[in-house]
Amino acid sequence: MEAQTTALNQILYPFKLRFQLWGRNGLNFLRELWGQPSALLGAVLVALFVLVALFAPQISPHDPTRGKLRKQLIPPVWEEGGSPEFLLGTDVQGRDLLSRIIYGARISLLVGILSVSISALIGTALGALSGYYRGTLDTLISRFADLLLAFPFLIFAIGMMAFLGPGFTNLLLALTLKGWVVFFRLARGAIMAERTTEYVEAARVVGQSNPVIIVSEILPNIFHSILVLGTLRMGSMIIAEASLSFLGLGIQPPTPAWGSMVADGRDYLVTSWWIATLPGMAILILVLSINLFGEGLRDILDPRLKIE
Amino acid sequence: MRAIKVLERVLAVIPIMFGVAIVVFLFMRLTPGDPVDIMMGGGGYVSEGEIENLRREFNLDKPLHVQLYIFLSHAIRGDLGNSYVKRAPVTELIAERLPATIELALGALIFGLVVATPIGIISAVKQYSALDRVSMAGAFLGISMPAFWLGILLMLIFSVRLRWLPVAGRIDYDAGLQTVTGLYVLDSILTGNKAALISSLRHLVLPSVSLGAAMAATVARILRSSMLEVLRQDYVMLARAKGLVEFLVVAKHALRNALIPTVTVVGLQVGVLLGGNMIVETVFGWPGLGRLVVQAIFARDFPLVQGAVMVYAFTFVTANLIVDVLYTYLNPKITL
Repeated sequence: MEAQTTALNQILYPFKLRFQLWGRNGLNFLRELWGQPSALLGAVLVALFVLVALFAPQISPHDPTRGKLRKQLIPPVWEEGGSPEFLLGTDVQGRDLLSRIIYGARISLLVGILSVSISALIGTALGALSGYYRGTLDTLISRFADLLLAFPFLIFAIGMMAFLGPGFTNLLLALTLKGWVVFFRLARGAIMAERTTEYVEAARVVGQSNPVIIVSEILPNIFHSILVLGTLRMGSMIIAEASLSFLGLGIQPPTPAWGSMVADGRDYLVTSWWIATLPGMAILILVLSINLFGEGLRDILDPRLKIE
Repeated sequence: MRAIKVLERVLAVIPIMFGVAIVVFLFMRLTPGDPVDIMMGGGGYVSEGEIENLRREFNLDKPLHVQLYIFLSHAIRGDLGNSYVKRAPVTELIAERLPATIELALGALIFGLVVATPIGIISAVKQYSALDRVSMAGAFLGISMPAFWLGILLMLIFSVRLRWLPVAGRIDYDAGLQTVTGLYVLDSILTGNKAALISSLRHLVLPSVSLGAAMAATVARILRSSMLEVLRQDYVMLARAKGLVEFLVVAKHALRNALIPTVTVVGLQVGVLLGGNMIVETVFGWPGLGRLVVQAIFARDFPLVQGAVMVYAFTFVTANLIVDVLYTYLNPKITL
């Protein structure tokens, strides 16, 4: 019992240190973020989008899926014929565009967060195994990753969706099946570099097992790089989801997704410009905010990757 | 020596393409349900015998590894099977659409490079100037913007509102163009048809800009940052110290080295161009491969989708091969 507790403490000790460091660094981090107005703006906007998505039922003025046929194609409030009842106007089915955009944030954020987290988890785990143990396993996974790199990202996702059929789960599958590769390459490279360092040698001399060394010694040191990459990848994932939904291969109606809303508005471009353009504006602002925050995060956490 | 290295690199593409073919073949296994049922569309009455015949025609009655063998051995000979819907060879259908897609991709590539190169260089040389700040803000917008939305926005402004440019298609019907290569701009020049040249260029502008914008943004950013890196080097200072004109310092000494990381990024961006191809062709009704594939997906014409994905992957691998070879010319230190 005594021995077990000690062993557990030994495993947890590096984490404890790390968390203490993070607590101290957290304040520094916020201070640095304050010093980067664009990153701060990005962070605030992303937080705003998250809040909007979480409280969509409370804040959206109308039902996003049910329209009133007598209220078709009403322009936004600032245009002639607009009505304060529908701030951003209505679509061809008389559905309130603002409510649909608010609900659409849920899909974009959910797909972005889930696809990146799953990709990062799988990629890092495989990368850690490959980079640490090398050998046949590494060769196999690396060859498979190289093979996936032969497909352009969107082509692969479109191809997969063509065969899987549309839907939320299939969408996540299509995005993560290729999305893990970048995390794999990052983690593998980082672990290969770290495994020969002195602190890993020291851990080995002390008698720690390989899994413990990977999880509690090395991973905390490359965590920030994965976090930065994940943030920067999230924008592309959201654009990929929107593109698939735009083609009709992603999220299916009547669920409001920004990409399919733009597609709906294409046929009414001449008479009702707002249906296609406003949801696209939402995609742009969300992705822009994430990228602003991501680049700020990179400059703070991982300045080596900085693009001036 | 270099020729051998290049050949080695070319040969290394073969196993990758084999892998691509296997992955694409396995795509078919992802579909829930039987391909023949899908072909029949679920509706209508079809006799058992007809179903058996179809199964035999598409080799669906054989075990999986035999199907894979047949698929691969045909693919090597350039036979990607027959379309379920159009009942014509997939390669023929793809070849028919390829010139339109190549023309659009070239248009986007040229737009991207023509915009990105001067912006990247000037932004680095005049770092923190107003021009640098404005163009980098623009580039940041460019990497955050979905191509389909940019296309619709451009269409709304320049076609619907201002009526300067056509909404869709490749050329006006009355242009009377004789096709030679299938690239309409090139054909117009070859046949000396001025009206067709103007018409095809006008049709090409908006799709090329929509497809090339993200690439222009990415390339401008990377070119700027690698130029900044290079301009700090000792040999640039030496070039300046020996009294070389600033233009030559930038154009001859700095740019060539800054191009090395840039070329890699351009190679990777070809993948973005290919992926965006389906999107932009859908937005602008461009009669290329991308639209064919999107239509094939909704018609559940799987052999056509498989064939097209293989063509896209092959193009991407070839583009990166070209980049690798270019690399050795830019940087003699790097051997393949």
